[in-house]
Amino acid sequence: MGSIQLKDVRKAFGAVSIINGINLNIENGEFAVFVGPSGCGKSTLLRLIAGLEDVTSGQVLIDAKDMTNVGPAQRGLAMVFQSYALYPHMSVRGNIAFALKMAGQKADVIEQKVRKAATTLNLTDYLDRKPRQLSGGQRQRVAIGRAIVREPKAFLFDEPLSNLDAALRVQMRVEIGELHEALKTTMIYVTHDQVEAMTMADKIVVLDRGSVAQVGSPLELYNKPNGLFVAGFIGSPTMNLIKGASAAKRGAETIGIRPEHADISTTAGEWPATVRLAEHLGSDTFVHAEAEGVGPFTLRLEGEAPLAPGQKIFITPREAHLHRFDKDGKRIN
Amino acid sequence: MATQQTATAGRALVSPSVILLFIWMIVPLVMTLYFSTLRYSLLDPDNVAFVGLQNYTSFLTDPDFIAALINTLVLVISVLVISVCGGILVALLMDQPVFGLNILRLMVIAPFFVMPTVSALVWKNLLMNPDSGLFAWIAKSLGFQPIVWFTNWPMLSVIIVVSWEWLPFASLILLTALQSLDEEQKEAASLDGAGAFSYFFYIVVPHISRAITVVILIETIFLLSVFAEIYVTTSGGPGTATTNIPFLVYKQALLNFDVGSASAGGIIAVILANIVAIFLMRIIGKNLEG
Amino acid sequence: MAIKKSARQRIGVTIVAWVVAFLIFFPILWTFITSFKSELDAIAMPPKFLFFHWTLENYIEVEQRSNYLKFAFNSVVLSIGANLLGLIIAVPAAWSMAFAPGKRTKDLLMWMLSTKMMPAVGVLVPIYLVFRTLHLLDSLIGIGIVLMLLNLPLLIWMLYTYFKEIPNDILEAARMDGASLFNEIVYVLTPMAVPGIASTMLLAIILSWNEAFWTLNLTTSNAAPLTQFIASYSAPEGFFWAKLSAASTLAIAPILILGWFSQKQLVRGLTFGAVK
Repeated sequence: MGSIQLKDVRKAFGAVSIINGINLNIENGEFAVFVGPSGCGKSTLLRLIAGLEDVTSGQVLIDAKDMTNVGPAQRGLAMVFQSYALYPHMSVRGNIAFALKMAGQKADVIEQKVRKAATTLNLTDYLDRKPRQLSGGQRQRVAIGRAIVREPKAFLFDEPLSNLDAALRVQMRVEIGELHEALKTTMIYVTHDQVEAMTMADKIVVLDRGSVAQVGSPLELYNKPNGLFVAGFIGSPTMNLIKGASAAKRGAETIGIRPEHADISTTAGEWPATVRLAEHLGSDTFVHAEAEGVGPFTLRLEGEAPLAPGQKIFITPREAHLHRFDKDGKRIN
Repeated sequence: MATQQTATAGRALVSPSVILLFIWMIVPLVMTLYFSTLRYSLLDPDNVAFVGLQNYTSFLTDPDFIAALINTLVLVISVLVISVCGGILVALLMDQPVFGLNILRLMVIAPFFVMPTVSALVWKNLLMNPDSGLFAWIAKSLGFQPIVWFTNWPMLSVIIVVSWEWLPFASLILLTALQSLDEEQKEAASLDGAGAFSYFFYIVVPHISRAITVVILIETIFLLSVFAEIYVTTSGGPGTATTNIPFLVYKQALLNFDVGSASAGGIIAVILANIVAIFLMRIIGKNLEG
Repeated sequence: MAIKKSARQRIGVTIVAWVVAFLIFFPILWTFITSFKSELDAIAMPPKFLFFHWTLENYIEVEQRSNYLKFAFNSVVLSIGANLLGLIIAVPAAWSMAFAPGKRTKDLLMWMLSTKMMPAVGVLVPIYLVFRTLHLLDSLIGIGIVLMLLNLPLLIWMLYTYFKEIPNDILEAARMDGASLFNEIVYVLTPMAVPGIASTMLLAIILSWNEAFWTLNLTTSNAAPLTQFIASYSAPEGFFWAKLSAASTLAIAPILILGWFSQKQLVRGLTFGAVK
């Protein structure tokens, strides 16, 4: 139980429109990620689903029931905030138990559920500590624990990992993924980090200035971005976008080639180029080059490539992986 | 950023205070305004009649009113000058690296917590009494005639008492402002070769000027309503020497039972205070933006 | 100006500062000392500073003759009771202004502040007459309501500035957790704001304790707090300074101690957050 449907949802603060008519279906048990640059409205959209903001027009349906005018407490959703929003004056136990207490559950039931959640999240030893005595990762777990004890219809995550350091972020990413596997509950996850989106999502919703740019599985978005915005947003390093003669030759206004989809040669190829910088990561080499008539071009080569700045090379795109876009930035199939 | 539900709840929760404050201030104020147009004496409560602005003309042309207005201004301005200048000096002194700052601060702020009736009586009887007060002893020891403070210098005496009450307030707030001037700025100024005077006028004064404004405005609000100190020491006398506007209104209302005239006086006091308040609201309103 | 003062300079400044602070504090100290003198010692010329017969008789007599405890009781009841009542009204209002602000919230805050600037004499006459009609003169309820209303704008303002420092996220989390508005305020907001609420109360209590316009005008004996008790010493009846000193000491000591604890918040409260 926990499908969420948005029907032509709009949100404006005064004259400023933040969400311009979004239609979206999130299936029960799905892991959906809202991704987009800051200011695209992804957090606002999540808050509209949570009921922390009113929609200006449109409908929010949860399990096919219209919840548009229902308060956040009655929607049966749980939210994990970016700041964790733990109750600083309560112990970990108190934090996790709070929602159950508000629901008027019996003390022994509460204790049992808290214990279970704490075990799942490795928090058993910390139940009597206050949030300020915990590390960032532990606080994050408490925030998740507070959400899971309620057995909600869906979890809403608002950039939950952005306050953690890089190593912990990867670890928590895995843990949230495993949690989803274990619970099979609908999750909606907001992030500006496309790597998080790609690794975690069943379905990615790319938002651009208050509208849905594209919805699809991670690989769909990677393989078939429907426009320049998604093309440029998904993938790291970002897709090379080329205009001019090379694009016109292929019947497009702009063509896009991912850094990993071009071949390099020292003798011959489509575009002569000069290496400006080579970043050796061990597993890969990122080559930043200046291609003649094309401009800056990034390449991703597997393994170690013996390239040095100033070196002359030739770049040839793989036609099968080439993306073509028209004047309006739309994909040409 | 909230839902309709919270907005509605917000209005519901704020309304009791709004309604109470409205009843507390606006309703009586309108009543005062109404009374001020009546001939209404509590000694003769059956003989009430509308007299228009007569109470105002009689109140405004009453020599007691002119005296009270002047007394009010003299009191407010003198105490302001003494407490702000004194406060700056005290604050600068406390801002130096002195030993035992915490205890010093407790001693300096203490008078602010003393209830006005106590301050006034202690000064009048223990310090300023011409026969056995401490000041009389000091005067005699130095070979002077003791001053008969509250008889010969009544206004000055009241000013001294009230200044003593408000000096701590000014000192504490200015000290707080001074202490927020960061150490690095002080060091930068001294590295730039700023002397003590240019340091004071170019760094310190601009930094604490807002605090000074706040002190002046808040003190003014309170000083316009000084009452208890006069009530327990001089009762406005001798004659009208220490009668300020609040005391005059009190006298008309509760000693002479002249409701109409007292109300007119009250309205005049409100107008005076509002002139000051407008400035205060501007300053604090600006702060609210930040 | 040297960055580091020499030790000698520091000692010099310290001495000056202590002399100044001592002079400012002296009247209170002098009152305290005088309260332990006999009436004769109290008016002795030259004054006796420390070497006199210390006695507690003034304190005993003050209580016996003028029923100090009754006034003190009224002061305590009024300053605590009025502000507790005020707090119950002010906390929801401050919540509303901090977390559910509308277009007019700022105007409302300014208006509340403006009621504080209304001189009391402007409304003395009608309040007095209304109280007389309703038999609220010299009653704890009557003066208590007045003291509550006097401090209400200050309570709301101070609480508002403290609440503003609490992240909205946490209240939203409570809402997501199914807390009603009442539970949100009682179980989440209030415990988090305890330090702010405590210092607000402290300042409000001090102000009520020392309030001396309405207490002098609206009470006479039954509901009279210590301000009125001290004022009764303004009509001299023989030698009474030692007793006045004892009464004064009793009247100011509790609040002086409270005040010393609250001096940091005092600045913020009295300037409505304009100086922190």
